[in-house]
Amino acid sequence: MSEPDGDHHHPTPLSPVEARARALEELLKEKGLLPEGFIDAVVSAYENDIGPMNGARVVAHAWVDPAYKARLLADGTAAIAELGFGGPEGEHLVAVENTPAVHNVVVCTLCSCYPWPVLGLPPSWYKSPPYRARMVREPRVLLREMGLDLPENVEIRVWDSSAEIRYMVLPERPTGTEGKSEPQLAALVTRDAMIGTARLGAAPQHRFGGPLPDGSLRGPKSDRLL
Amino acid sequence: MNGVHDLGGMDGFGVVDVEADEPVFHAAWEGVVFGLAAVMSAQRLRNTGAFRHAIERMDPAHYLGSPYYEHWLTGLITLLIEQGVISRAELEARGGGHFPLSRPVRAGAVVSSTPSAAAPRFAVGSAVRVCNLHPLGHTRCPRYVRGKHGTVARVDGRFPLPDVAAHGGARCEQYTYAVRFDGHELWGAAADRGAVVYVDLWESYLEPAAGVGAAGRSPTALQRLPADVMGRSAPPSPTGC
Repeated sequence: MSEPDGDHHHPTPLSPVEARARALEELLKEKGLLPEGFIDAVVSAYENDIGPMNGARVVAHAWVDPAYKARLLADGTAAIAELGFGGPEGEHLVAVENTPAVHNVVVCTLCSCYPWPVLGLPPSWYKSPPYRARMVREPRVLLREMGLDLPENVEIRVWDSSAEIRYMVLPERPTGTEGKSEPQLAALVTRDAMIGTARLGAAPQHRFGGPLPDGSLRGPKSDRLL
Repeated sequence: MNGVHDLGGMDGFGVVDVEADEPVFHAAWEGVVFGLAAVMSAQRLRNTGAFRHAIERMDPAHYLGSPYYEHWLTGLITLLIEQGVISRAELEARGGGHFPLSRPVRAGAVVSSTPSAAAPRFAVGSAVRVCNLHPLGHTRCPRYVRGKHGTVARVDGRFPLPDVAAHGGARCEQYTYAVRFDGHELWGAAADRGAVVYVDLWESYLEPAAGVGAAGRSPTALQRLPADVMGRSAPPSPTGC
């Protein structure tokens, strides 16, 4: 990461914040506080291995296995660990279930708390002032702006993750998916549906968790529906 | 502290700007900052509460005008300088230019705090009121629920109280609760129809809805030393209910 362009002759000067980050990195290295390769390993893990494709597997498994779904709703941390997911920001996980009458959505008004092991690192909009300010005050209006127009009789439950619990939404299984396999179902699940700013419908959507045309398992970096 | 970070319920920020096909890191420096935060955690050079508070102490205009990972970078550098691990001069000597730091801590260390009793004080269904807390230090009690009435919806485990942990106090574990607030309780007639908000709150942020009566403040309220870094003097005063 110290030479991301693989070139000591930077074609353009570093921006002020880049220069500050680079200076801190170099200083911690000199003081022996930053092991070689540490940053690359962390970045690679969150770019490649830890992301919403993990949460999609949890959701799909809950859709096909009622006993697992019951365990997930009773003890999210343990049920998610059954599938091998856990770690930083996932020590205490709670899954909240959408139903025809209830829609859940997650926010962190104070900072950016988010269930990393199942959703990866949050998108910028999740961490932005407008989302954090407005989701607790006018969730119905904000969801509509973001493309999710919920019927007036659907209760909206906003979860402000202000303490140690990290939340993920268990979306409703879309209709017409009875014949699909678990991996096929996982491919229908989007990051935004697990945050709660989208619902899964019949419309084609970007996917996570399923194989890409090239056979790789890595999903696209955004599953935005709008 | 009643800081710029405590955004819940504020108006004026406009629409949520969603970036299509957003990468995990937009540039190499963002990954560097994320990795530096991870290594500092591994080296025990930061705890979560102190790190969050270092970000909360950023100049408000800097906070609102800078990208997310610049918050992290500013918080990390501020903490490392405050701990004496690095100096501003060392950083600037490495070509980093000017380093805007967060403002100093204003809250004194917590000198008296009471862990939760073995059993939670509240149960699912308990009617509670959030204390009218305004500590100068770190807290995870958002402004928009202070003084509001809610109902305990879930009792979680005991966790270190961030108000203490962020300021180097002895470990003080308290239960946390998911408290359900009706939209109208929070926002009056302006509330969206059929919207409720759940907020996770530590035990000492809460009192029974009927009030604590003659017994006074909550049994788990805190007492702090006067704020030392600001050179002020004041008698220790309860900051709980």
